[in-house]
Amino acid sequence: MKNIKTIYLKELKSYFNSPVAYIVIIVFLVIVGWFFTNGFFQSNYATLRSMFDMVPFVFLFFIPAITMRSFSEEKKQGTIELLLTKPVQDYELVVGKFLAALVLTLITLLPTVIYLVAVIYLGSVDPGPIIGGYLGLILMAAVYIGIGILASSLTENQVIAFIVSFVVIFALFMMGKFLVQVSPTLVSAVEYISTDYHYTNISRGVIDSRNLIYYFSMIFLTIFLTKMSLESRKW
Amino acid sequence: MSIKVSNLTKYYGDYLAVDNISFEVNKGDILGFLGPNGAGKSTTMKIITTYLPPTSGKIDVDGLDVEDNSLDVRRKFGYLPEQNPLYTDMYVYEYLDYIAALDGVPQEKVVQKRNEMIRVCGLEEMKGKIIGELSKGFKQRVGLAQAMINNPEILILDEPTSGLDPNQIIEIRNLIKKLGKEKTVILSTHILSEVQATCNRVIIINKGKIVADGSPQELQSRSKGQSIVTLEVKNNCDKNALTSQLKTIRNVNKVEFVKDTDDSFIYNIYGEKGIDLREVISNKVMEQRATLLSMQAKQSSLEDIFRDLTK
Repeated sequence: MKNIKTIYLKELKSYFNSPVAYIVIIVFLVIVGWFFTNGFFQSNYATLRSMFDMVPFVFLFFIPAITMRSFSEEKKQGTIELLLTKPVQDYELVVGKFLAALVLTLITLLPTVIYLVAVIYLGSVDPGPIIGGYLGLILMAAVYIGIGILASSLTENQVIAFIVSFVVIFALFMMGKFLVQVSPTLVSAVEYISTDYHYTNISRGVIDSRNLIYYFSMIFLTIFLTKMSLESRKW
Repeated sequence: MSIKVSNLTKYYGDYLAVDNISFEVNKGDILGFLGPNGAGKSTTMKIITTYLPPTSGKIDVDGLDVEDNSLDVRRKFGYLPEQNPLYTDMYVYEYLDYIAALDGVPQEKVVQKRNEMIRVCGLEEMKGKIIGELSKGFKQRVGLAQAMINNPEILILDEPTSGLDPNQIIEIRNLIKKLGKEKTVILSTHILSEVQATCNRVIIINKGKIVADGSPQELQSRSKGQSIVTLEVKNNCDKNALTSQLKTIRNVNKVEFVKDTDDSFIYNIYGEKGIDLREVISNKVMEQRATLLSMQAKQSSLEDIFRDLTK
């Protein structure tokens, strides 16, 4: 646990030591803010619907941008050899980096609470979709971070890490939107793999164990695969 | 504190990087791993430090197997890889604190340990700087400080002086010698003078095999041994006649014309071990009416042995 904390703190700090964190946070808030205010006043309902619909699309770029460095830079600078010869388990390294990226995402989402306050002020709000929406966003971000870190562990090139994680996340997300074109026998399988399907369910305010199991198993799977990828030097 | 390597072999795919090597290092040894580039020095170090697994063979560090007890083994050594592993956007003190924490230095001792390393490695004035802004020599010292921060009993340094200027090289060598008194040190290098200056034991490795193992003095005496005389004469004489005359001297094995400078010819003359050829050579030069500019006898150096063994 101590090692995870050490790595997590170092990683989080290094996000804020470089301009990366500030740039992604500002860009995120500008885009989400613009779409939220537009959609909100058109729909004339006291919900955060327009934000919750928008954020998954922003995450497609945002998450790969924050995870692309995590292992690829260590490989490029040779620091991976340092970390993997310290008395630290491989999984502790992966989890520490995972948590740092997740907390950065939470920090980025924090200012959107202002919209919530505005909505509560303007009308009566149904808490279910709000809680579900935030929970869904966080879980979805966690899965994407897992994928982003995995992609980053496969290459020493940040650009490749970005593109690979973007493509995988995009495919997982869009799958759910093209179910019409999928053969009927596969529909439920494809639907279950798609992140969008689970997000839609949760953000309605219905928190079903089926969806939670999906998210947590995806998180564990990506962390496990990243650990395998670090061990691949030994094959 | 000992490291015992037995029958270590490592393949990268089909490429044989380390070929069945065995050796043992004990406390107080400063072992120099010497070999041309690509000889398998770094690979051996990567296996000892648990970064890579051996294809076959076994390494014990103080009785612990590097594969089975990898985390316990990692607590015993400090390692400076060939590519100095620095986070260039961190402050020097911040980096050392991070490494100390990863090495399991108790939290209340981190600052004390870090300050001690900063002092030992002469980094006092660089402590508050960003690593990326340091000169190469200071970066190397930060790398050394990193390797020693948990006060390891074994230090494994992969080309610790590469890229440093002559003053820095001497400083780092002195530092290593000082540390070597109470620790076991393994360092790799392809610079021969480094081994002569710092190590009390040398292993010469070539194409993955150990070709020589012993103290620098032992290796020197074990060499085929020739006496070498470097001769410089003014270039107003007949070069070919002189060369053939030199060849007729008894006990001379080879006469090598080295180069032709603006006003002189330079020769290397190789003779039997232990025989001083200078007198005979100077007589020959006189006979040819050539002007002797300089003459120098030298013992065969570690450099020659190295070249003999790794050719």
